Amino acid sequence: MKVSPKLDKSQVQELYRQMQLIRQFEEECSRLYMQGKIRGFLHLYIGEEAVAVGAIPTLKPQDYIVSHYRDHGHALVRGLDPRAVMAELMGKATGTSGGRGGSMHLFDVSKGFWGGYAIVGGQMPIAVGLALSAKLKKEDRVTVCFFGDGAVNEGEFHESLNLAALWKLPIVFFLENNLYGMGSHVDKTHAVGRDLYLAADPYRIPAAQVDGMDLLAVREAAAEAVERVRSGGGPVFLEAMTYRFRGHSMADPSAYREGSEVDLWAKKDPILTFKEKMQEDGLLSEDEIAEIDDEIKEVIEDAVRFGDESPEPDLDSVYEHVYA
Amino acid sequence: MPEMTIREAISKGLREALTDDRVFIMGEDVGSYGGAYAVTKGFLEEFGPQRIMDTPIAESVMVGAGVGAAMGGMKPIVEIMTINFMLLALDQLVNHAAKMRYMSNGQIEVPVVIRTVTGGQLGATHSQNFEGWFASVPGLKVAVPSTPYDALGLIRSSIKERDPVVIAEHAMLYGAKGEVPDEHYEVPFGQAKIRREGKDITLVAHLRMVNVALKVADQLAEKGKEAEVIDLRSLRPLDVDTVIKSVKKTNRVVVIDENWQTGGFAGELVSSIQETAFDHLDGPVGRVCGLDVPAPYSRKLEASVVPTPERVMETIGQLYGL
Ligand SMILES: Cc1ncc(C[n+]2csc(CCOP(=O)(O)OP(=O)(O)O)c2C)c(N)n1
Ligand SMILES: [Mg+2]
Repeated sequence: MKVSPKLDKSQVQELYRQMQLIRQFEEECSRLYMQGKIRGFLHLYIGEEAVAVGAIPTLKPQDYIVSHYRDHGHALVRGLDPRAVMAELMGKATGTSGGRGGSMHLFDVSKGFWGGYAIVGGQMPIAVGLALSAKLKKEDRVTVCFFGDGAVNEGEFHESLNLAALWKLPIVFFLENNLYGMGSHVDKTHAVGRDLYLAADPYRIPAAQVDGMDLLAVREAAAEAVERVRSGGGPVFLEAMTYRFRGHSMADPSAYREGSEVDLWAKKDPILTFKEKMQEDGLLSEDEIAEIDDEIKEVIEDAVRFGDESPEPDLDSVYEHVYA
Repeated sequence: MPEMTIREAISKGLREALTDDRVFIMGEDVGSYGGAYAVTKGFLEEFGPQRIMDTPIAESVMVGAGVGAAMGGMKPIVEIMTINFMLLALDQLVNHAAKMRYMSNGQIEVPVVIRTVTGGQLGATHSQNFEGWFASVPGLKVAVPSTPYDALGLIRSSIKERDPVVIAEHAMLYGAKGEVPDEHYEVPFGQAKIRREGKDITLVAHLRMVNVALKVADQLAEKGKEAEVIDLRSLRPLDVDTVIKSVKKTNRVVVIDENWQTGGFAGELVSSIQETAFDHLDGPVGRVCGLDVPAPYSRKLEASVVPTPERVMETIGQLYGL
């Protein structure tokens, strides 16, 4: 792991806090799902935290983020209120979408978080459109579009890359390659194999692959990509190699993965490795870690309490916010 | 009052819309080619490539980028060359455009206008009428102008919408002429138009089928019967009230739809009519639709597929003995 000399102690603490917040928030979600308080699809980001935490803080407040259905991590790092996110997962009126969206459809436009999208690849044309609006309005805004390895096989992926490259739009295509689309390994789904960043090459979009378990590596690559896009050079493509530690969704026992593979990746746990390295470098102490962990515990307890105590949406509101 | 074609009326509406800086037009061959149906002829020279944007043949990203740009504060007008190609963009239209405002609890609005061309005489893959499908999707609005007046009036309304609008223009109607006043007016969504008044039977139609209905009305007039012809003008919102009011007067009704009958829009209308006006009906609600086959190439076969005045007359005779 490369240590960026630019990180000071408080930044290290903040990055650790964000990764741990996602991890613990989702551990709690998993429990709430078993209790039936969260329903529908629930896709956990556990194991992939370094990607969101590496990438998103490199953005400016006015930048746009577009995510997929595995969106809790992106949302929390971007500063969505854990209370509102938890309430949304519980389908409550106080949720980010008043209980109309759910886990896969988190939105907070005031934070530049333009949504979680649950049709594989479907968010990509929309992200391209957001980038187009920024370009037409001559705004200083970068759009970052997250998607999984499965999306690379969709037509919308290719249509989006082509148009963004053709029109030199200010967008970072951010691929989270966790090697699987549900139960299918990328080796079996993509003709080029697992180096999916090569899929950007036909469109002559500058592309790179980065270790998605290494927070600092992601951060460095993302900062460079975002800067490049911001300076008007057109789209950039980044592929973060990562791994989800859990099943695809709560419905998936994950039987298709070898235990040895899972163990191997567990050793690269982005939170453990970051913590160890930062401790070695004297940038994070046991006490600080304990303090942050306690604080996160409180944030999550508070979020759950808030969700529990929040009312369900009014039945009368079912026709609100749609032309019906 | 000046006369113009539907094509000219749409062009006029688009030119007006472009006076708003947020409006831009994108689509396949809308620029130097001038649009597959010549609606945007001369626009590129007039407005420049920043406003009139040729896209690759990539319907999904065209509609999706329209949705995204609308979310980002623009007012895109996307031209999809024909409604057949809309099928490649259904994900963006149905899964995304129609749902953004709801899923985000009103945080996001999608004021995108999608113009496309329905109907035609170009064989199985190029002569379909899907506007009724889109009308079944909550969150969308669907305009179906059959006159130059309505085309201009509905475009003006569409541009002001905060929700995604699909304007289905009929391939065979671009050359149709009609009067369009110089003074500003708009045609609101959800207001059907009575094209001809009558007391003996109601005929409900949209787009090209309005002309079929008018011909039927002529033929009925020869028999001394007066048909009331209703042009829906928009399918969503749907002006059921005007239809019901007419049915209560005439006690007889036939719905004419160019699309397939099975699961089609005509069935929806028939159902609404019998639910609301059952006691006023002298017989079953009639329905004359395109035959349930792909559009054939042969002119003779094709003519047998699309509803004709003869077929409507036959149905009227069977159901009501008129
Ligand atoms: C168009 C579409 N097809 C299928 C699905 C069902 N589905 C949901 S997630 C998923 C796998 C996607 O994998 P990937 O893009 O790699 O993302 P990951 O879940 O690994 O983060 C599939 C097939 C869907 N939601 N959308
Ligand atoms: Mg994957």
